[in-house]
Amino acid sequence: MNRLSWFNVTALTFGFAFLYLPMVILVIYSFNASKLVTVWAGFSTRWYGELLRNDAFLDAAWVTIKVAVVSSTFATVLGTMAAYVLVRGGRFLGRTLFSGMIYAPLVMPEVITGLSLLLLFIGIGLDRGVMTIVLAHTTFSMCYVSVVVSSRLVTFDRSLEEAALDLGCSSFDAFRLVTLPIIAPAVISGWLLAFTLSLDDLVIASFTAGPSATTLPIKIFSAVRLGVSPEINALSTIMIGIVTIGVITAALVTKRNSLRQQQEEQAAARVA
Amino acid sequence: MQRFVLIAVPYTWLLALFLIPFVIVFKISLSDIALSIPPYTPTLEDGFGPFFSALDFENFVFLTTDDLYWKAYVSSLRIAVTSTAITLLVGYPIAYAMARAPEEWRATLMMLVILPFWTSFLIRVYAWMGILSQEGVLNQVLLWLGVIDAPLTILNTTTAVYIGIVYTYLPFMVLPIYAALDRLDGALIEAAEDLGCSRVQAFWLVTIPLSKNGIIAGSFLVFIPALGEFVIPSLLGGSGTLMIGKVLWEEFFNNRDWPVASAVAVILLLILIIPIILFQRNQQRQEEA
Repeated sequence: MNRLSWFNVTALTFGFAFLYLPMVILVIYSFNASKLVTVWAGFSTRWYGELLRNDAFLDAAWVTIKVAVVSSTFATVLGTMAAYVLVRGGRFLGRTLFSGMIYAPLVMPEVITGLSLLLLFIGIGLDRGVMTIVLAHTTFSMCYVSVVVSSRLVTFDRSLEEAALDLGCSSFDAFRLVTLPIIAPAVISGWLLAFTLSLDDLVIASFTAGPSATTLPIKIFSAVRLGVSPEINALSTIMIGIVTIGVITAALVTKRNSLRQQQEEQAAARVA
Repeated sequence: MQRFVLIAVPYTWLLALFLIPFVIVFKISLSDIALSIPPYTPTLEDGFGPFFSALDFENFVFLTTDDLYWKAYVSSLRIAVTSTAITLLVGYPIAYAMARAPEEWRATLMMLVILPFWTSFLIRVYAWMGILSQEGVLNQVLLWLGVIDAPLTILNTTTAVYIGIVYTYLPFMVLPIYAALDRLDGALIEAAEDLGCSRVQAFWLVTIPLSKNGIIAGSFLVFIPALGEFVIPSLLGGSGTLMIGKVLWEEFFNNRDWPVASAVAVILLLILIIPIILFQRNQQRQEEA
C-alpha cells in the first residue's frame, strides 16, 4: 500500500520539478555576469552590488518592511480578537454578518478590495500614503489571522480556562495567563502569514499608496513590466532565500513547541 | 462589558474598512464621471437629496453597449474555468502520490508544496517571463534538443496566462485534495478490488468519489482568485488576453473613469457571489462531516 509505484514517483518528480524549476532558474540567472539576461556570460555577483547601490529599491524595501511589521501586528491583535469572538463569543446580534466579513476578504479579488478601500479613503479625505496601506493590509490580513487562530481555539480544551476562572482569575487574566500561552504558536504563525501577505501585496498597495509611498512590489512590478531585468533577479533571489530560511526555521520551531505544548496541555487536563 | 469591547472592536473595524467601502463602490457605480478630484458626481457633500436623485444605471448600460467588457467577462470566465481544469489534472496526481508516499515523507512533501505559497506571488509569476520569452530558457532547451526549428512565441499570449495560473495556484489545488485522500481508508479500495474491481475501476468508483470534497474545495480555491486575476495577465498575457481584473485596473488608472471601474467591480462581484456561496457551503458540510 505504501510502496511507491512508478506512477507516483513520476507524479512527484514532475510535480515538484514544475513547482521549483522556475525559481531555481531565476536564482541561477541572478548570478549571470551578462546584462542580457538570456545569455550566460559567467558567474558574477555584480547585480547584487548594483542592487545595494540602488537607493530607490532600498527606500521601497524600507517602506515595505515598516508597513508589514505594523500592519501584521495590528492584524494579529484584531484577528485574535475576532477568532475569540467567533469560537467563544456565543450568540450576538449580527453574528452571521461578522463571520461573513471574516471569510469574504479571503476570496475577494484584490482589485475589488483595493478599489473599494481607495474610494473610501478619498471619500473621507484621508491622504494616501504609508498609513492608508497599513489600514488596507491590516483589514485583509486580520481575516487570515483569525482563520488560523480560530482553528487552534476549536481544538483547545475549554476546561482549562474554566479552571482558571474557578480559581479566581478575571476573564481577562484567564485569557492572558492560560489561553494566550496555549494558542501562542497559532498567533505567531498568524503574524507571520500576515507579515508575508503584506510584503507580497502588489494590487491593494497600488490602489491605496499615494505618490508619497512606494512599496517594493510596486517598484518590482513597474520594473518588470518592460521585461526581465538582472537586478530584479538578484532581488528575487534574496527574497526567496529569506523566505526559505524563515519557513524552514518556523516549521522546526513550531513542530518542537507544539509537541511540548500538547504534552503540557494533556498533563494539565489530567490534573484538572 | 469586556465581551462587548471584544466583539465591538473587530466588528467596527470590518464594518468601516470592508463593508462600507463596498457600499461606496456600489454608489459610485451609479454616479457620473466628472473632470475633478474625485472624478465623479454627485458626491455626498452636495447633500442627500441631489445625491440620490442623480444616481442612474447608465454606467451599467454603457458596459453592455461596449463589446470590450462583455468579451472581457466571457474570456475571464473561460480562462478561469480552463485553468482550474488543468490545475486539477496536474494537481490530482501530485496529491494522490503524496497521500501514497511513505508516512515519514509526508510532512516534508507537505512543506514542499506550501513553501512556494510563502514566496512572493509577483516573483513566481516574474520567473516565468525569463523562461517563456523568445530567447528564454524553454526555447533555448527546445532548440538545443532539436524539437523545434524556430523559437516559439509563448510569452504575451493566453497560453502563458494558463501556465502562470496553473503554476501559482497549484498548491491551493493539491492541499485540499491531499487532505481528502489522506483521510481515505485504504481498506475500502482493497474491498473494492476483492469484490472484483480492477485497480482503475476502484480508482474511479471509490477513490474519486471519496475525494470529491477535496476536488470541489481545490477547484473553488483556484477558480475564484483566477477570475479576478490582475498580475498574471498583465505580466504574462499579451494585448490579446482580455481579463476583467486588468480591464478594471486600466479603467481606473489609465482612463481614470471611476464610475465605470466601479460598475465593472460590481458585476465581477455579482458573478463571484455564486461560487463563493457554493464554496462556503462545501466547507461547512466538510466541517460538519
